Amino acid sequence: MLGFSLRSLWNRRFVAGLTVLAISLSVALILGVERLRDGARDSFANSASGIDLIVAPRGNSVQILMATVFGVGGTGTGMTWESFEWLAGRPEVAWAVPIQMGDNHRGYPVIGTDASYFEHFRHSGGQSLSLAAGTFYTGDGADAAVIGAEVAARFGYAPGTVIVNAHGSGEVSFDLHDDAPFTISGVLAPTGTAVDRMVFVTLEGFDSLHAQEDAPLADPLDPAAMPADGHGEDDAHDDHIAHDDHDAHDDHEEHEDHEDHGDPEGTEAGHGHEPDRINAVYVGLIDRTSVLGLQRAVNERPSDALSAVLPAVALAELWGITGTAERAMRLMAWAVTFAGMIGMVVMLSASLETRRREFAILRSVGATPTRIFALIVTEAAILSAVGLFLGLVLLTLATFVTDPILSARFGLRLGLNAFGARELATLSIIFCAGLLASLIPAVRVYRMTLADGLSVRL
Amino acid sequence: MHPLRIERLVYRWPGAERNTLEIGALSLASGESLFLFGPSGCGKSTLLSAIAGVVEVPKGAIRVADQDVGAVHGGARDRFRVDHIGMIFQVFNLIPWLSAIENVLLPCTYSRHRRVRAGDNPEGTARRLLSELGLADPSLASKPANELSVGQQQRVAAARALIGKPDLILADEPTSALDEAAKAAFVDLLARECAEAGTALLFVSHDRSLEQHFDRNVDFLALNGGAA
Ligand SMILES: Nc1ncnc2c1ncn2[C@@H]1O[C@H](COP(=O)(O)OP(=O)(O)OP(=O)(O)O)[C@@H](O)[C@H]1O
Ligand SMILES: [Mg+2]
Repeated sequence: MLGFSLRSLWNRRFVAGLTVLAISLSVALILGVERLRDGARDSFANSASGIDLIVAPRGNSVQILMATVFGVGGTGTGMTWESFEWLAGRPEVAWAVPIQMGDNHRGYPVIGTDASYFEHFRHSGGQSLSLAAGTFYTGDGADAAVIGAEVAARFGYAPGTVIVNAHGSGEVSFDLHDDAPFTISGVLAPTGTAVDRMVFVTLEGFDSLHAQEDAPLADPLDPAAMPADGHGEDDAHDDHIAHDDHDAHDDHEEHEDHEDHGDPEGTEAGHGHEPDRINAVYVGLIDRTSVLGLQRAVNERPSDALSAVLPAVALAELWGITGTAERAMRLMAWAVTFAGMIGMVVMLSASLETRRREFAILRSVGATPTRIFALIVTEAAILSAVGLFLGLVLLTLATFVTDPILSARFGLRLGLNAFGARELATLSIIFCAGLLASLIPAVRVYRMTLADGLSVRL
Repeated sequence: MHPLRIERLVYRWPGAERNTLEIGALSLASGESLFLFGPSGCGKSTLLSAIAGVVEVPKGAIRVADQDVGAVHGGARDRFRVDHIGMIFQVFNLIPWLSAIENVLLPCTYSRHRRVRAGDNPEGTARRLLSELGLADPSLASKPANELSVGQQQRVAAARALIGKPDLILADEPTSALDEAAKAAFVDLLARECAEAGTALLFVSHDRSLEQHFDRNVDFLALNGGAA
């Protein structure tokens, strides 16, 4: 029966192939949309776990979240170290990790932070960061760098490798800080979050890049020299805020900046080095219920225009923004699947007239009308099943191809083995819809074979 | 056992004004070949449909292999048909995308009875039948049916009707698409194979030139509406 249906379909392989293709594309689309959505939500939620509050220069909370946790876009640099110290000193704060951003290493975001980052960052439901090789920042190393698993894998880096960063967050940057190399001290174990594609350097190291570069140009009275302070990031995309704030604040801060680098205390680990400006602070609370109070306090701080972002709230806001598009995509995917099913019904129905003789012959050699009915349903089942399988293959291939891009650009992973119960349910629904749709031509065939008997003449 | 026994068969197509079939008696013995001739539209094909159980016939009128065709229904009738009857049509007998040999083997896939009777090696039997019918070339046997000539196709259809030694073969003008020489050769082969296998043959046609190949000839007009 199965073999017979297969042969019959093979005989019409061109049309059958097109039908299968239509089904497989629709399956790939449906599952792809879902995976993209889940991938985005999971990796976002995983990356932001463990952080109670993100404090950054005033801005849009979604943008702050994207910039700090995912290294996509940027925030202002206008947060003063005094604000950090004020924040860290608040009684409800358990820990505070300063974050500097805006550089990249061969397209991967470079984060300036101190050792407390590795201590407090949590991902994927509470796991802390662990090392695959090497150590976290070592005692005196201002030039130490800890890199994410993906960065290490992509470029074959290992502890000891010396790397050079570039300014700006763009993929391509010609503005290399080759006078301020870093030595990799450790490689993080894979986390499946944006951390995998980050390069962490010390606050001091991060600042030294800018110090050395800015030094010859550091004339606050010369506005022409100032905006050129390494912002060779015209190619950079969504970090306009970074631009603006940076330019605005650089004005009067640069001299102090340089003095800081002469500070011998800066060689100490921890908060030894005090940068002038930071981009954000990750905050962990002693008691989570105090989060709203702290948020208000941050927002009301007069000396600095700051925003305190609750990651979960910002995520919800983000999903609110993307929700409409998501629904539209999903609707479209199902519409395409529906079209694929109609295509199959059309294909099976169109062939019935020309196959009338075939069915009459089958009946003359003993095939019952039920059997011929089953033949059509089997053909539909084969088309659907092959379509589903091909759709999965297609999706896997597409994932394989786009995963590095999505991961590099947006920090989200689709996961090659993300075949879950819900996908199985989706596939079953499509398969059943295929079988159901095939009942239309099958019932027609059933009636036809009963009426025609064996006497079909051409 | 009688492969075919008809007694007082009356059949009227639904909606027709007159009875299409009114047959008093007709029977065939094992291995016997009967030529039934009559003009177009007289009801020959209708009779074959009735025997094959394709149309609803009254109980007790038609017995094939001693079984009342009118008493078997639905899928059981389809199975009954393939178990006991081989059929050959005028044209387009074969599934075009199956090979000749696969077409011959079709009854064996739908009937255990025919498969068992086709011997230990149905495929070998099918090849033997094909070669006896003049299709010895193995490349012909594995060709898709639609690449065969019409005469070759009819011989494949004959082999299919013969495989598994059914009790009765119904042939509805299988030679009408063949030329004179091919026609005579085909009928001759078919009748001989049937006789050898002990299969009864009911062959209908309007072409009386075929008469000499059969054990018995019957005028359908004389049979229908009176006693045979
Ligand atoms: N499916 C059908 N429904 C209704 N009437 C039919 C059907 N098939 C045949 N008939 C009628 O039955 C009569 C006999 O037709 P049948 O096909 O049996 O003739 P035939 O002897 O086989 O003719 P031919 O030699 O041309 O094949 C015709 O009058 C025809 O109109
Ligand atoms: Mg006829």
